Amino acid sequence: MTDLPHSPEQPVVAAKTSRWRTFLKSDIVWSYRHSPVTIVASIVALVLILMAVLAPWIAPYNPFNPATLNLMDGFTPPNSNSFAGRYFILGTDNQGRDVLSTIMYGSRVSLFVGFSATLFAMVMGVGLGLVAGYLGGIWDAVIMRVADVQLSFPAILIALLIFGVARGLIPPNQQEGAAIWVLILAIGLANWAQFARTVRGATMVERQKDYVSAARILGVNPFIILLRHVLPNVMGPVLVIGTIGLALAIIEEATLSYLGVGVPPTQPSLGTLIRIGQQFLFSGEWWILLFPAVTLVLLALSVNLLGDWLRDALNPKLR
Amino acid sequence: MLAFIARRLFQSVIVMLAVAFIAFMVFRYVGDPVSSMLGQDSTLADHAALRERLGLNEPFYIQFFSFVGNALQGQFGISYRLQQPVSQLIMERLPATIELAFASASIALVLGVVLGIYTALRPRAFSTGVIMTASLIGVSLPTFLIGIGLIYVFAVELKVLPSFGRGEVVDLGWWRTGFLTESGLRSIILPAITLSLFQLTLIMRLVRAEMLEVLRTDYIRFAKARGLSQRAINFGHALKNTMVPVITITGLQLGSVIAFAIITETVFQWPGVGSLFVNSVAVVDVPVMAAYLVFVALVFVVINLIVDILYFIVDPRLRDGAKSGR
Amino acid sequence: MTEPVLSIKDLVVEFPFRNDVFRAVSGVSFDIMPGEVVGVVGESGAGKSMTGSAVIGLIEPPGHIASGEIRLKGERIDNLPEEAKAKLRGRRIGMVFQDPLTSLNPLYTIGEQLIETIRTHLPLNEAEARQKAIDLLTEAGIPKAAERMESYPHQFSGGMRQRVMIAIALACDPEVLIADEPTTALDVTIQAQILELMKELREKLGMAVIWITHDLGVIAGIADRVMVMYGGQVVEQAPVRELFGNPQHPYTRALLKTVPSVSGEREEKLAVIEGQPPILSAAPAACPFRARCPQAFERCERENPARVPVGPAHDAACFGDPATGGPRDV
Repeated sequence: MTDLPHSPEQPVVAAKTSRWRTFLKSDIVWSYRHSPVTIVASIVALVLILMAVLAPWIAPYNPFNPATLNLMDGFTPPNSNSFAGRYFILGTDNQGRDVLSTIMYGSRVSLFVGFSATLFAMVMGVGLGLVAGYLGGIWDAVIMRVADVQLSFPAILIALLIFGVARGLIPPNQQEGAAIWVLILAIGLANWAQFARTVRGATMVERQKDYVSAARILGVNPFIILLRHVLPNVMGPVLVIGTIGLALAIIEEATLSYLGVGVPPTQPSLGTLIRIGQQFLFSGEWWILLFPAVTLVLLALSVNLLGDWLRDALNPKLR
Repeated sequence: MLAFIARRLFQSVIVMLAVAFIAFMVFRYVGDPVSSMLGQDSTLADHAALRERLGLNEPFYIQFFSFVGNALQGQFGISYRLQQPVSQLIMERLPATIELAFASASIALVLGVVLGIYTALRPRAFSTGVIMTASLIGVSLPTFLIGIGLIYVFAVELKVLPSFGRGEVVDLGWWRTGFLTESGLRSIILPAITLSLFQLTLIMRLVRAEMLEVLRTDYIRFAKARGLSQRAINFGHALKNTMVPVITITGLQLGSVIAFAIITETVFQWPGVGSLFVNSVAVVDVPVMAAYLVFVALVFVVINLIVDILYFIVDPRLRDGAKSGR
Repeated sequence: MTEPVLSIKDLVVEFPFRNDVFRAVSGVSFDIMPGEVVGVVGESGAGKSMTGSAVIGLIEPPGHIASGEIRLKGERIDNLPEEAKAKLRGRRIGMVFQDPLTSLNPLYTIGEQLIETIRTHLPLNEAEARQKAIDLLTEAGIPKAAERMESYPHQFSGGMRQRVMIAIALACDPEVLIADEPTTALDVTIQAQILELMKELREKLGMAVIWITHDLGVIAGIADRVMVMYGGQVVEQAPVRELFGNPQHPYTRALLKTVPSVSGEREEKLAVIEGQPPILSAAPAACPFRARCPQAFERCERENPARVPVGPAHDAACFGDPATGGPRDV
């Protein structure tokens, strides 16, 4: 055959690349490092998430402990001392609560609801999508029809409706405690359809493939087929939808709380804070509204940007 | 063609029945209509009497049928909160919502299509970058925040536009319009812009994505290979092919404007059916919730039907029953 | 001595990709005489479609012609501004694509698309253009042409659609027709019909044809001359009979062996060419075929062979001589 370019005495040394190295050299990492917007977005998102998670430990004040509140602290502008002499970097609201601390705790609630609802939607959507795609037939028809109809209604409407119904079914004394879970359920149920649609399509594609037929003939449990083989192949788009869905869930929660039908007043989220802040807009205490609003926007925007980047990075057509 | 319409009509009826069923379940089983209507001082005898009057002791399917029957006649019971017939409440507030929806949909459609085409044809222009960034921020901005922001700038700081309400209205038969008075027109500007922004962003991105996709197709390539001018290609071919799917999705989006109006109406205290619905959810005013659900479903179903028919007219492939190859 | 109608010299087409560059066409030169049919053969990725796209000026950005010249009847056309190029397309250079279904706009009737093309280049009014369109369709073998003007692309069968596309491409009587795999998507009987049609049209209109394909059978059926491409370069070029009868480049020989013969022994395994075609990012410093070549030797690693004459009107880019298995005496 051909003359080899190097003589046989020199052994060919293969470079041992670790999986981490391979990942670092991959297209995804390349596109991440070359997109300054994405890098900034991920840093912002990380900071906000950390702030929310660590709130109980790093917030300067506890805004929800009535014992520590002093009305004399109220209406303090940002970066100044209150009448009672305490310093508030972002000012206080009408009840003397430190705006920075309320934002931290508020983000906590917003993120908790957002993540949980998205997780719920993801599990439900992916599950139903796998079932619809794999079993086909009547399962597929029913699930997809429901998903289609639901997708043509805006999520807010669905969430509102579910919330209202749940509220009506739960006796008044349990409303407070259940409110957050009802909210998560409502937003989750409003957002599952997109996951289901995508996963169902991908599952149908995988189902045609030979390895699935082979596994079925061998009698492998279909559950395992779905989990081990189909699922990894659909995780890409699911991740994208999940990220963008998270941003949506955060905005939906904020909207519902703003409308007064979201989280209870004892656990205010960023939406509730904005609602409170709006009252004081006209009388000049702009900071009560602005800072929670900016935080909300930064959160949603950074998550959205990450989702956008993820979508472009995982899309083979755009390479 | 007729077979197509008949089939779609039939499907629409099924969807409406399903929605009616859900609405009925909500109506009947969420909360207790009797206690809500009678208040706390009533006696057990009053309760029993009311139950009999409302037909709440009848078998399930009879109640459902009377619900549907009543619904078809526009009877949805009486609001717990406002003690008025629900249908009357909805009718009173409907014109406000429809005018708002119409105004904002027009803005969103016109601007969305224009900007979408522009950003697709000039992908590397600086202005395109600005527009796309703005649209991304727009998607991340909740509608209510935009509303509040606009109120702050135009009503509080600049003091040129009102911050709430509908302004003066003129009666045209049973319809109350705000379009014929100056204060009415000024009042609708901010809410219409707020409501339109989300739709505008969506439509613009959709038109842009579709157009970019179309510009990559083989038939556009062949059009270039035939020597057609860039103008003929962009506006004669690409545009027409872009609009087909855009029509569908836009139509569906317009339906959701009615629902999104909920938020805008709340921010601006606009007296439409949206704010009515929010208030009813807050106090679990079940008849209103159920009625709103049916109403919105009706709007969606009708719009869906119109869009399907439009699609049918525009795309010749569907007329032969051939698959629409997209 | 007639002037070539199309002349390509040292064409290089590059695609920047991230921080690298992909060389799709790597120094291609050939001339086409008026009225001749030149077949361009090679596997996917050999650069044949890209060469065709370069001629008609339709390389998708960020791809571009990095160097080289393309001349139509002596005038350079590769460095013209876009509007000037658009005037050439359809009028002096026509192109037919592989899939007629996706190449025709589904929302317009074929009559509309034909007339539009005609009126873009020729000063005819609506009625005249319409008549010309009908005549073109009839010539292309479409029955009841006048009625079918109102039909949409999806209402035709695959073979008919391809005839429509050919009619449109030839509507303004171009001097050169580039056919990029026009029969690949059609079944064999329709393929034969289209080949017949092309031969008739060529007789009648006298245009030169560049027929790009990977199917040697088609080449045998229609080409006057054949160009074999590999790794972005022309590796062998000869009149069709000479190429099939006396292939000199190892790639061509291997290619011919892969065509299963209907009359051969049934025990033979299907011959394949082992390995994958190269992806180049710079001017090759060695023969692009060396990794898969059964007779490569040391010189093939160091130099990229230039085309040398190996027979009547026949050249090949190879250092070896298939007759001896060793280097060729030049």
